[in-house]
Amino acid sequence: MSVVLSLFAIAVLVILPLIGTGLLQLEYLFGVIIPYAAIILFLVGMIYRILKWANVPVPFRIPTSCGQQQSLSWIKQNELDNPSTFWGTVKRMALEVLFFRSLFRNTKVELREGPRISYTSDKWLWLGALAFHWSFLIIFVRHFKFFAEPVPIWVDTLQLLDGFFQIGLPIIYVTDAVILAALTYLFLRRIFNPLVRYISLINDYFPLLLLMGIAATGILLRYFLKTDIVAIKELGMGLISLHPVVPDNIGALFYIHLFLVSVLFAYFPFSKLMHMPGVFLSPTRNMANNSRMRRHINPWNYPVKTHTYEEYEDEFRDLMRAAGLPLEKDK
Amino acid sequence: MQDKSKIVIGLLIFLVIITFPIWYNLAGGKATYRPDLKYVTDAKECVAPTDYMTSNHMDLLNEWRDEVVRDKDRVYMSFNGNKYDKSLTNTCLDCHSNKADFCDKCHDYMSVDPYCWDCHIIPEEVH
Amino acid sequence: MAEKLPKPEQLAEDIKYSPPPKDWMDPKTEFKKGTFNYSAVPSALDYLDLPNPGKWQPHDEEWPLPDNWQETVLEGMRDRLKKYRSFQVFMDICVRCGACADKCHYFIGSGDPKNMPVLRAELLRSIYRRDFTTIGKILGPLAGGRKLTVEVLKEWFFYFYQCTECRRCSVFCPYGIDTAEITMMARELMNLIGISIDWICTPAANCFRTGNHLGIQPHGFKDSVDFAVGDLEDITGIKVDVPINEKGHEILFVVPSADYFADPHYYGFLGYLALFHEIGLDYTMSSFASEGGNFGLFHSADMMKRLNAKIYAEAKRLGVKWILGGECGHMWRVLHQYMDTMNGPADFLEEPVSPITKTKFENAKSTKMVHICEFTADLIKNNKLKLDPRRNDHRVVTFHDSCNPSRAMGLLDEPRYIIEKVSNNFFEMPENTIREQTFCCGSGAGLGTDENLEMRLRGGLPRANAVKFVHDKYGVNMLACICAIDKATLPPLLEYWVPECGVCGVHELVGNALLMKGEKERDTDYRGEPMILGKKAEAETEVAQKEAKDAG
Repeated sequence: MSVVLSLFAIAVLVILPLIGTGLLQLEYLFGVIIPYAAIILFLVGMIYRILKWANVPVPFRIPTSCGQQQSLSWIKQNELDNPSTFWGTVKRMALEVLFFRSLFRNTKVELREGPRISYTSDKWLWLGALAFHWSFLIIFVRHFKFFAEPVPIWVDTLQLLDGFFQIGLPIIYVTDAVILAALTYLFLRRIFNPLVRYISLINDYFPLLLLMGIAATGILLRYFLKTDIVAIKELGMGLISLHPVVPDNIGALFYIHLFLVSVLFAYFPFSKLMHMPGVFLSPTRNMANNSRMRRHINPWNYPVKTHTYEEYEDEFRDLMRAAGLPLEKDK
Repeated sequence: MQDKSKIVIGLLIFLVIITFPIWYNLAGGKATYRPDLKYVTDAKECVAPTDYMTSNHMDLLNEWRDEVVRDKDRVYMSFNGNKYDKSLTNTCLDCHSNKADFCDKCHDYMSVDPYCWDCHIIPEEVH
Repeated sequence: MAEKLPKPEQLAEDIKYSPPPKDWMDPKTEFKKGTFNYSAVPSALDYLDLPNPGKWQPHDEEWPLPDNWQETVLEGMRDRLKKYRSFQVFMDICVRCGACADKCHYFIGSGDPKNMPVLRAELLRSIYRRDFTTIGKILGPLAGGRKLTVEVLKEWFFYFYQCTECRRCSVFCPYGIDTAEITMMARELMNLIGISIDWICTPAANCFRTGNHLGIQPHGFKDSVDFAVGDLEDITGIKVDVPINEKGHEILFVVPSADYFADPHYYGFLGYLALFHEIGLDYTMSSFASEGGNFGLFHSADMMKRLNAKIYAEAKRLGVKWILGGECGHMWRVLHQYMDTMNGPADFLEEPVSPITKTKFENAKSTKMVHICEFTADLIKNNKLKLDPRRNDHRVVTFHDSCNPSRAMGLLDEPRYIIEKVSNNFFEMPENTIREQTFCCGSGAGLGTDENLEMRLRGGLPRANAVKFVHDKYGVNMLACICAIDKATLPPLLEYWVPECGVCGVHELVGNALLMKGEKERDTDYRGEPMILGKKAEAETEVAQKEAKDAG
């Protein structure tokens, strides 16, 4: 059901610009107004959400320690999985953000007769996720060539590396193939793994399908239904220089691509895609495990009602005296 | 809070990266540049319609190369019935002899590096 | 209870990891006997000034909820979203990748999909989405939002008291989302309307009043300690001195109360006393701070703070220099991650230094509380103890990492070092079941009650299964651990899944191996069981070691 609804939503998102630019001549709406609106929503939404997170205190130091703590000098600390310093934490976070270290630990449980439970390493999710995210990043950066003149040398280098195998014309980018494969895997996994299907919501299928739509239209534009990319860059340059122009020889397919990207940007701050900034703010990962070395301050630490020793002794004084325990007040 | 400043710094770094094209173009000031192609021929039409040539010339050239090199098939029948020699040097460059002003401008603009000139000799510019 | 339980094979047989076809949004919770905890009794809530005490049981059709309970819960949620970044961020960023799904011991042992950590969190997150997010407010169920109904509340009660806050899911989550945090919040929200369980509130009330969760009064505490002193004298021939509530000593020693009361904790307690006597430690215990364990952690941050306050207060009153803490899991989560923040700064104490080895415990210089394993490992490393590991030759030992010391602290190698020095037969369980990937006993976080036994056995299955593996392979007959809840709940668990394997504290092994000056000839261990020294034990050890080598 969630899948069907998500597919339906994507279909609508494809048809809208198709009709809008193919029939109704709304190129300015789809080429300028909507992208601007999406970018503004994205930036404002991101800033708002991140500042909202930043304004919530972290009352306790609660890192999840995934290795040996720093204790006695002769016991080797696992600095990457249980850092006790700022730079150690930076390293842990870098591994987490760049290489999905926690996901790399993933295991799969199997219950056999006996009962006998076994845990086998299961790196497919890690591989799929890593492949998708890195491809997305590279593709995103490659697209700077539509928004920068002259094209920076590192964008140049990146696309050269991405097309390293020099297959096809235009040369096929490795990331284009990888992102499509990775997204397909992640999507099929949601559908065919019964447990993952059980937890999946529209909130999960929709962004996956949206990304697949973006990748698919992008690939079509580059390899199969080519369009005048000089005109597209003209549109892109117009957008970022705040002098929007809408060149006329751009096909509807491009507007579909652009519209889907706009939807992604606009949807981003209001969805689970906020895991991108969120991973940096997870208190179980971004804190050093030094809570016994340095006092962590809780800004809202208010007094609570406690039971004092005096009250305790008052209640039990006679019994304590009889038992020969020392007393504060021995009346 | 002590980590708020760190978060704000992180957010600023992110914003600088994501808005890279804006300040890059502000610094470079080339946002309004658009490649202006010079036509140095009197011919009225190309081997295919302009729209097609703009977006798909590489496909045509690729096709030509394969047919000539593999099948020795040198004759191209265009959309309006004219015959052309399938040759970058002899046909294309005959009209578009100004590589720098015709080919390179767009290729540079789009950061495209075609491997035509790995084999073909760059023609003398005609002014 | 026990006679109604199915046989282990049967219990395991009906575990299926395939969820029902219908989605999970519309709950109908069945409170089946043996799978839930009884409600908190009004007297405990009253004693602790907690709201809405009522007489009810989870399986009642009607729950005694205040009229505006939804409002109270949602208001509580809003409040906590502003106080805990963990809560706010964890509500927002889960992508439901499912990496955590099969990491929870309750899921592995029950197959109930709502025991997947992700779905456990979704029980709360669905309410969050509907009432606290823009898209949820507009799209409602289409955006995965749910209305807070009585049925949802019942489901919360069932599943948030089916989480032991063990943090194993958090190890595998790519964003470190910690279901323990979410469970804590959910429990706090339920507390606001008087929905809680007895085995948290009654111990908390006891602890508040008497200083320990069993409600042992000061004279009873003294009796228990005296009894231990007597037992130790019978075993070793040495009478040790255990100061209680005495001022002017260097160290305050705090243990979980089960240590001086329950079996097999008690033997570890004897171990501490023997050790301290042997090194001549200048310490005192306290009848007021006679519980390091903190059932408040399973209740609310406020309750945790209320119960924990007595430790620093007592250290201050007694004028000690620093505090030493016994073997306990969640106690150490509180001491390591919360105490200093909540009830510190401990500026009236000094940075801990071992009086025997002069080692500075740099890692505890602010909180000023040292784990007994850190302390003992340092003693052994510096050759301050005479140990005869052969005295433990009748034990083939494995070590169970307790959830909190491993995943909320990282105390992994200290106890291992100690075990290796006091035992000749130590075998690790499989790597996916130890250290930071260790499995919970299935009874932590206030769930270790008899009425909940079936669920505990299910939750304990992954741990027990790993024990069974080393039991079958290496003949392991003793599981050492450093957690009072483990010691209380693992014996029945192992009896069910792995008969013939006992449970002990690490310091029971230490005490047993400790050669005390002037001790009498010993042929039994602390439990009165004969020690098998010499040839026979050596032969057995050799066989075991050979098998281990062949295997690995």
